[in-house]
Amino acid sequence: MPIQTRRSHDGQTQIIKIEGRFDFSTHQAFRDAYEHGGKDVCGYVVDLSEATYLDSSALGMLLLLRDHAGGDNASIVIENCNNDVRKILTISNFEQLFTIR
Amino acid sequence: MDESAAESDPLTILIADDSDSDRLILKTLLKRLGHQVLDAADGQEAVALFRAGAPDIVLLDAMMPAMDGMEAAREIKRFAGERLVPLIFITSLSDAEDLARCLEAGGDGFLSKPYNRVMIKAKVNAFNRMRLMHQALSDQRDLMHEHNRQLLEEQHVARRVFDNVAHTGCLDAPNIRYHASPLSVFSGDVLFASPRPAGGMLVFTGDFTGHGLPAAIGAMPVAETFYGMASKGFDGSDILREINQKLGRILPKDMFCCGAMVEADFAQNQLRIWNGGLPDGWLVHSSAASYRLPSRHLPLGILSADQFNAEMEIIRTLPGDRLLLMTDGVLECSNEEGQLFGEQGVRRAVEGLGSTRHPFDALMTGIRRFTGHQKFGDDLTLCCLEMVDEAGLATLTEGAAPSTLAGPTEWKCVYEIQGSTLGEFSPLPLMLHICMEVPGLRRKSGEIYTLLSELYNNALEHGVLDLPSDWKYTPEGFGRYYSERATRLGKVSGHYIRFSFHHEPMQWGGRLRVVCEDSGQGFDFQSHPVLQATEMAQSGPRYSGRGLILLKRLAESIRFHEQGNRVEIAYDWYF
Repeated sequence: MPIQTRRSHDGQTQIIKIEGRFDFSTHQAFRDAYEHGGKDVCGYVVDLSEATYLDSSALGMLLLLRDHAGGDNASIVIENCNNDVRKILTISNFEQLFTIR
Repeated sequence: MDESAAESDPLTILIADDSDSDRLILKTLLKRLGHQVLDAADGQEAVALFRAGAPDIVLLDAMMPAMDGMEAAREIKRFAGERLVPLIFITSLSDAEDLARCLEAGGDGFLSKPYNRVMIKAKVNAFNRMRLMHQALSDQRDLMHEHNRQLLEEQHVARRVFDNVAHTGCLDAPNIRYHASPLSVFSGDVLFASPRPAGGMLVFTGDFTGHGLPAAIGAMPVAETFYGMASKGFDGSDILREINQKLGRILPKDMFCCGAMVEADFAQNQLRIWNGGLPDGWLVHSSAASYRLPSRHLPLGILSADQFNAEMEIIRTLPGDRLLLMTDGVLECSNEEGQLFGEQGVRRAVEGLGSTRHPFDALMTGIRRFTGHQKFGDDLTLCCLEMVDEAGLATLTEGAAPSTLAGPTEWKCVYEIQGSTLGEFSPLPLMLHICMEVPGLRRKSGEIYTLLSELYNNALEHGVLDLPSDWKYTPEGFGRYYSERATRLGKVSGHYIRFSFHHEPMQWGGRLRVVCEDSGQGFDFQSHPVLQATEMAQSGPRYSGRGLILLKRLAESIRFHEQGNRVEIAYDWYF
């Protein structure tokens, strides 16, 4: 599976880890990963340490997650991006919407 | 697919055997299995029957007079063409080479003599299954070809409709060079350019997420908004705000549009640029030095109106400076090894320029060399805008023939904006709109817009904001001027700018009088060089030489009142 999900130790954060290419082919799996997270989730972490590539439809999916998680009130962290992925997030100025670290 | 062609359907089977008795036995056997039989005594007859009867399966004796089985097999296969007609050799041959020759001649399999009812039934069924599968595949392929043909046709029709809405505007101007695939709209790229009513140009490049129809549909309202607002005199920021809001409303959450808006002011040698999500733009000076213009904003269609920042970066330019804009298709061009052209490729092409090479050519050549293709993908848009002398460019045409409706000819109107509104709102499009109700003025929209914007900008910048115009004319002062302008605009209070319009019919046409007053300090118009002398001086304390000269040239008369914070102009139009 290119997408793995788990809960943080305190149980409040859903951690979504993406492996390989983060593009349209992962659309359904990514959606499942946050929609089936449960109602008690307070925040999300998208772990991109194993993601090699990210395209504009992945950016769209991140926007969907943000909307799902409460829009402007969403707490979403995108972490461990490689340089290429980071570059794409920077060009689109997604740091204005997500915490990127 | 033909649903009725089930496995159990009776078949038409052609048999050819020169032995009358064998042929009769086989014929009887097949008829008993429920099939129709065409029978031939030699190869020639077999070929003739095949042409006439279009059988589903052929059983052929390998050795026959007149034309032997091999020859007949070749003829039959040639005639069948794309249709798969299983051809089975009936033979008593057992030598491997002989059997191989049968297959080479087009045979699909063998049946050995003497005939065995069970074997014949099984063979016929097996080959019939193969035939049906082939038929199904061919039908599906044809269907797909047909669908694809229809789709392409629809795209061409859609393209024509799209072109009417999202025409290329003034992209054919001599100072613009661009590459955009003719079908790029279905890859989500857009490129628009429009002259502004008072001179200058607006260019917008965009790249929608996704491909195909959804991306093309998103492009339509962007085109309409861009061209509609640009021709009414709205500036780049206004248009960006409108596009952002419209896209936010109509696009699904995961769709957005990366884009860059450029406002070129040739007279003042200024560029304003806003880049949201597109790769770095590049400004290449005529000296070949170059500067990156990175994306500083989120793409369009994501943020709500109150969060959206449409502020454009102001860049001072010189004639001959060139601006490159591109969509990420440029960075994503790949060579045969799968490596990407990337930012590095662009940087190398731009920075390796001599002073004579056009950056557009350099980049296009760079991409061609890198990819090894003369043609490249659909989703690549590249545009180069050159700063030039305005006089060489076609501006908005003086419009259509005057309307037969007279429109309002005797009217007055006062419009005053106050306080913090001065910092947030431009009254120019609205005021232009009011004047354009007069058909005689509509033909002169460019001149009217220029008059109004010169009056307004002077009142705002030098009256209300009290900015010294001479700052703008040194490179150091330029940046200071605009940062100070932004700071002071944010703090405006207790000020106003008031426009009074008065239009009346004349025997030659009509006269529009505009009075522009502001709450600023005014200036010493009595001793201003442009107003005093016929020779043109370069600067003044409040009106820069250029603005005032423009007003004097366009208007019938210009008069200053009070301490210089009240200007009155008269503009005549003729039938």
